[in-house]
Amino acid sequence: MKHLLSISDLTDAELAMVLDTAEEMHDVQSRSIKKLPALRGRTVVNLFFEDSTRTRSSFELAAKWLSADAINVSAKGSSASKGESMKDTLLTLDAMGVDAIIMRHAGSGSVAQAAGWVRASMVNAGDGMHEHPTQALLDAHAMLRHFRKHEMGSLEGKRVAITGDLLHSRVVRSNVLLLPRLGAHVTLVAPPTLLPSGVRSWGVEVTHDLDEVLPEVDVAMMLRVQRERMHGGYFPSEREYIAGYGLTAARLSRLKEGAVIAHPGPMNRGLEISSDAADSAGSLVLDQVSAGVAVRMSILYHLLAGNTPES
Amino acid sequence: MTNLTIAGAALADGSRTDLHIADGRLVAEAPSGAERIDADGLVALPGLVDLHTHLREPGREDTETVESGSRAAARGGFTCVHAMANTQPVTDTAEKAEHVLDLGRAAGLVQVVPVGAITKGLAGTELAELGLMHDSRAGVNVFSDDGVCVMDAGIMRRAFEWVSRFGGLLAQHAQDSNLAGPGACCHEGELSGRLGLPGWPPVAESVIIARDVQLAEATGSRLHVCHVSTSEGVEVIRWAKARGIAVTAEVTPHHLLLTTSELAGYDTTYKVNPPLRTDEHVESLRAALADGTIDTVGTDHAPHAAHDKDHAFVDARPGMLGLEQALAVVMETMAERLDWAGIADRMSIAPARIGGVAGQGRPLAVGEPANLVLVDPERRTTVDRAASASRSRNNPYHGRSLPDPVELTLFRGRITHRR
Repeated sequence: MKHLLSISDLTDAELAMVLDTAEEMHDVQSRSIKKLPALRGRTVVNLFFEDSTRTRSSFELAAKWLSADAINVSAKGSSASKGESMKDTLLTLDAMGVDAIIMRHAGSGSVAQAAGWVRASMVNAGDGMHEHPTQALLDAHAMLRHFRKHEMGSLEGKRVAITGDLLHSRVVRSNVLLLPRLGAHVTLVAPPTLLPSGVRSWGVEVTHDLDEVLPEVDVAMMLRVQRERMHGGYFPSEREYIAGYGLTAARLSRLKEGAVIAHPGPMNRGLEISSDAADSAGSLVLDQVSAGVAVRMSILYHLLAGNTPES
Repeated sequence: MTNLTIAGAALADGSRTDLHIADGRLVAEAPSGAERIDADGLVALPGLVDLHTHLREPGREDTETVESGSRAAARGGFTCVHAMANTQPVTDTAEKAEHVLDLGRAAGLVQVVPVGAITKGLAGTELAELGLMHDSRAGVNVFSDDGVCVMDAGIMRRAFEWVSRFGGLLAQHAQDSNLAGPGACCHEGELSGRLGLPGWPPVAESVIIARDVQLAEATGSRLHVCHVSTSEGVEVIRWAKARGIAVTAEVTPHHLLLTTSELAGYDTTYKVNPPLRTDEHVESLRAALADGTIDTVGTDHAPHAAHDKDHAFVDARPGMLGLEQALAVVMETMAERLDWAGIADRMSIAPARIGGVAGQGRPLAVGEPANLVLVDPERRTTVDRAASASRSRNNPYHGRSLPDPVELTLFRGRITHRR
């Protein structure tokens, strides 16, 4: 593995390896001393053109627990507006000799563009509305751990509903590429205004009716809805959005026994997800966060541990 | 001024003749001391005319100047280009239009016809000095806010009314900015959804064309539609022409050849506004250019510096070069549908008529200005973006095999390009 730009970059073998290693890394997190020497002497840059709390800090922890040196570069705002091209920003960091650049940018495809310019390994930490592959991997990892712990098997045959602003979501695109490969049956749920064009060619089910889907699902994944979208006419009011698509306390009771709730965060409590749902026994939200560190350790390990700087 | 005899060239109608040129005009007899150019196997067409060129001067001389753009035009077989108004500053007064005219004359490689802005600063809110630009030395006939759409229908109506008294033409960049906002950069469809690029739906073009043809009809004025890119847009224009509305339209070379699938690798060279469409739209555009629903090819030659393209796709500047490969692309895409007379019409006669440019798009007959291009119908090349007269390198045809037709360009009897 040289880069992680998209879920589709991973072969089946690599995918299995990444998830297996994540499992091992997860155990490291529960130790009192968490440091592994695997990436000693390697340097990882978090290059975030967009705000992030959990993704950036979990990549930073992942790098540090593997003994890599990690620095954070915040390049907020469009580099275009500052006169420096995105390419210049990337070439500058690359020239410092870093081993991996973990990049988030509001522009779809930007991380793939960067991979064409630099020598370092590129990791996509979210590119616009395109993909967020480590989020999908951590979602899968959190689900797999949960099912295993409760002796419910793997993701094979499990039904996952992903609900919310799918049009603007990079998380949904990565999950649609990943979860079916692990055997899950995915249903996308959104109002017509928040569905991506061409979504019906994605090979998953698509519906506007959350209530019809909920009793069937093993995982209800709720995606963040930005309040600003209301002003763009994507939905009439928060009230109307919640009436159709919010995971309210009432809807919580429609979930079948053993079903779990996932959300990539940050949550809009009271909008797409009620506190009853977010804090319920079936909520995976915090498991997803801890899964994030394990998955990112695994990714960094596989990108950087194999090839020494000399090779 | 060169005295020339171009011997044995085929004309657009298929006849073969010797063309004699003296003092910038076609003459009946071989002038004394004329250089003889053997044009056996070559086709002579009237010099090409572009209604849609971005020359970037004043303001972005690092990406193109009137001189470098004129040179690129001459290499493409053009003898006249219309310099779009979205320079810095915008061409929205008589003085600025005359400045562009003078830069063109100083370069002396093609006839540079300034296009005036419809609204001050392209802001869409107040009319630019349309009549004063028309009455100036620049004699502006064509007005456009190209780059942005005049969204306010009331302003567009007043502009139509204002220019109707002198027969001015409004060239609209048809893009409803509510349907295709500033971020819209990819044809809305399966690919935009998959790539996560903001979609630019075809209706954002056709609803503006529908509005504007009705405004043109209501005001008795003339509309020209820039860079039509969709089947829907073509259908509205076809309807309007059948109704007798004074509307003309252009298609770009890139919309005749390239499709949205080029965007799959996020290469910003292919970012253009309106965006590249699908095969179905390309087919509609070719058919419309063949049947005359679309009158002309406008290059929308849009030079950009690499550092304005080396951004994330949504942040990169839209636009691509077009002058040097325009004829090649038309030959490549329209081979089955347009003969040489058809190409001469779409790329010279029609645009000269639409723009009201005297001395361009004329038959190659005795007494006419010697504006012509000599074309090799057989020669091909692999396009190299480095081999360009433009100051920019955003050439979408780089690495493609295309015709390489232009042997010689004559502008008012002067050789402005020779292979």
